[in-house]
Amino acid sequence: MSHYESPIRKPLVTGDKSYHDVTLDVVRSVEGQANKSWWVAFSIALIAFLWGLGCIVYTVSEGIGTWGLNKTIGWAWDITNFVWWVGIGHAGTLISAVLLLFRQKWRMAINRSAEAMTIFAVVQAGLFPIIHMGRPWLAYWVLPIPNQYGSLWVNFNSPLLWDVFAISTYLSVSLVFWWTGLLPDFAMIRDRAVKPFQKHIYGILAFGWSGRAKDWQRFEEVSLVLAGLATPLVLSVHTIVSFDFATSVIPGWHTTIFPPYFVAGAVFSGFAMVNTLLIIMRKVSNLENYITIQHIELMNIVIMITGSIVGVAYITELFMAWYSGVEYEQYAFLNRATGPYAWAYWSMMTCNVFSPQLMWFPKLRRSIMFSFFISIVVNIGMWFERFVIIVTSLHRDYMPSAWTMFSPTFVDIGIFVGTIGFFFVLFLLYSRTFPVIAQAEVKSILKASGEKFKKIRAEKGDDAKLYVEPKQEPLPDFSAQFNSKSNS
Amino acid sequence: MYTMSSKIKSFSLILIVVGAIGLAYSFIDAPSSVEEVKEMLHSDGASHEGESVAMEANSSSSSDAHGDDEHAEHIYHQLQNKPWAAIYVPALFLFLISLGVFVFYALQNASQAGWSPVLFRVMEGISSYLVPGGIIVYLLLILSSLHLNHLFVWMDPEVVAHDEIIQNKVAYLNTPFFLIRAFIYLAGWILFSKLIIKNSRKMDEGFDLRLHKRNFKLSAGFLVFFIVTESMMSWDWIMSIDTHWFSTLFGWFVLASILVSAVTTIAIVTIYLKGKGYLEHVNNSHIHDLGKFMMGFSIFWAYLWFSQFLLIWYSNIPEEVTYYAQRLEDYPVLFFSTVILNWVLPMLILINSDFKRINWIIVFAGVIILLGHYLNFFVMIMPGTVGESWTIGIPEISSILLILGVFIFTVFKALAKAPLTVQHGAFLEESKHFHY
Repeated sequence: MSHYESPIRKPLVTGDKSYHDVTLDVVRSVEGQANKSWWVAFSIALIAFLWGLGCIVYTVSEGIGTWGLNKTIGWAWDITNFVWWVGIGHAGTLISAVLLLFRQKWRMAINRSAEAMTIFAVVQAGLFPIIHMGRPWLAYWVLPIPNQYGSLWVNFNSPLLWDVFAISTYLSVSLVFWWTGLLPDFAMIRDRAVKPFQKHIYGILAFGWSGRAKDWQRFEEVSLVLAGLATPLVLSVHTIVSFDFATSVIPGWHTTIFPPYFVAGAVFSGFAMVNTLLIIMRKVSNLENYITIQHIELMNIVIMITGSIVGVAYITELFMAWYSGVEYEQYAFLNRATGPYAWAYWSMMTCNVFSPQLMWFPKLRRSIMFSFFISIVVNIGMWFERFVIIVTSLHRDYMPSAWTMFSPTFVDIGIFVGTIGFFFVLFLLYSRTFPVIAQAEVKSILKASGEKFKKIRAEKGDDAKLYVEPKQEPLPDFSAQFNSKSNS
Repeated sequence: MYTMSSKIKSFSLILIVVGAIGLAYSFIDAPSSVEEVKEMLHSDGASHEGESVAMEANSSSSSDAHGDDEHAEHIYHQLQNKPWAAIYVPALFLFLISLGVFVFYALQNASQAGWSPVLFRVMEGISSYLVPGGIIVYLLLILSSLHLNHLFVWMDPEVVAHDEIIQNKVAYLNTPFFLIRAFIYLAGWILFSKLIIKNSRKMDEGFDLRLHKRNFKLSAGFLVFFIVTESMMSWDWIMSIDTHWFSTLFGWFVLASILVSAVTTIAIVTIYLKGKGYLEHVNNSHIHDLGKFMMGFSIFWAYLWFSQFLLIWYSNIPEEVTYYAQRLEDYPVLFFSTVILNWVLPMLILINSDFKRINWIIVFAGVIILLGHYLNFFVMIMPGTVGESWTIGIPEISSILLILGVFIFTVFKALAKAPLTVQHGAFLEESKHFHY
């Protein structure tokens, strides 16, 4: 028996797909022309991006005072958006690394796009640490570079410095991981290209991949090692982001559950974003046979599990606030639930704790429309989570004389909208130029988990032949030629 | 079918008898009055100038006699607690291991794992300790609430009367509610395990999709019940010992400790049974997978250990930092050796892919991990119960022997009750052909 898969497992590739069909389905959007709705979406995203860029230029040239921050609340939308974008990025690594370690075959249809989402989300996140600086032109001072100030150094005790290392490492490793996986797929597009320009470009991108046995063996090994490294990385990155708050002494911020709870929240929001993007992508790029209902259902289950973990963390925080007997801590949570930002707290609770619980119903989690709706709800909820943690803890803490409120200006909002625009600019460009499904990986599971082949096995048994043996054509008769040559 | 060898039977019985004698001796040996402690302290003080006495005496140098009295009473409570705490640590640890094994089993069911079904009976066997282990733990909790010891300081009405912080927690930390909660956790866990294992045994007669689905749903339900009750259990049974202290991460930190010890136990029992010629379908790929989980969860434990420690150390808020201050002062070696035993060594040993297929290396790493997590529980429980009077001597070792004997006896007796490989299962065939 060469291969066995339990008949109870549902097919991961539906339809009557062969290896060649996979290739054609993946390259269709790369080789074809963009349609009108792509241009419409792209233009909207570009305008939003440019508007955000204008707001950034305005902030940097005029000063941070253009934002809604005040002396009590030094962090609000900037860091909220930063944490939100970093969190979204985490699902990509989770899908490509953690699910690889757990040998989840269903990741193969979604990992490429999830990783792209990671890269683009981390790029957005990376903007905020720079632009929220008062003097961003001195940002290079955060790097420990020998200098003419008698080697003036950075202080390694600050989580904000750890952030610099965490985010930059995370972006680099994710990029390398993503690109390595792209090599066979770029090579495939290169080999199919008919126009010299495309052939040249994809030839450069593919790094001369020729798909020899030794290359594949090393490719697999590198993927496994990178997955093993990316998993602790993904945990540590969001942990370090959570340290920005948890190492402080602010009531509502200083709590030890933040590291794992932020990570769970990141996975939660990231998967929601993957769901949002892929539900659209499978439709517009005709990939319904690869990103099936089962994929969406499994992502919904991950959302449900991480949502429940986040829920347990909320309840733990609430309980500990009471149990601690620390009145500041107790007030911080009372203020969240009943203070001036109660609306934000309760929308967070509704979106993050109640909505994922609906996924316990198979009917709902197998409904594409419902999944799409919930995925957006979750992302809204997770934005509010960061907002609630940051703003409600800051606006009322130890000294009542320092209590205040926060409201964003159009610049705060504009920059956030701009990053959403920038994200979609990148993602839309990606979806037209990159192979959005890792075809090499999908081909590796096609015969084990493809619907067509599963059917053959169900009918003819596990040892059924899954390929058509090439027929031996009769050999041409060379004898006449041979004889005539030897005669002459 | 497996039958418990007479060697294992007599080995576990010897452990029980030796452990019971040692523990009984420790209870008798514990000082029965403050006067006895004073005498002990005086004879001790002559030899090493009473290091700890000096510290205490400094604070009340004006009234030496009074300070001595208070100190003697303090030490008396600690020494009286010693045999109780000694038995509480392994009783809790081994019970939580069997619970962790069952959680791992439920996880395998719920995630539709294709590699592990050939190990299901091993996991079911270890989970059978949930009943005797749960009874032992519950008995200890009841005895504590009857004021036979001072493991939980908030159970002492006199202490509570003078302690405002504890008074604020009485709504949660009161004996009847505590015992009811403990009963609910235990009953829930045992009930789920009985139901799921019963279905698994029923499936031996023939594959039944309905039974398969029922177990899938039950496992998912159990996991939800578990994640909530586990958090509360760790607040109740461990964190409340240091009644003034609190940490939101604590429940998950305990969870990591439980899971890694549980997977290690599965691996060791599997290797033992495989070595005896049972478990024909288990190959070194299965062991490799268990080894990966051992390493992964070890790193996860270290991550949570470090997160909790770093955050409290970093912001250094007095009401939280005392927890670590006490541990660093009285348990420095044990405190840091848990990190070496539970993280550094397992990671270095198990990072190599080939090593994870070698039985003796897995057993070697497993012993280190189990020892390390026993110490982890020791360092969580002892400072709040016996404080600086801790030792690892007769009470501690004989308690481990006693509980371990019960554990081994129960587990191997349960393993003999059903075929060592499940007979039917949706993923059994995948598991038999599993190769990594």
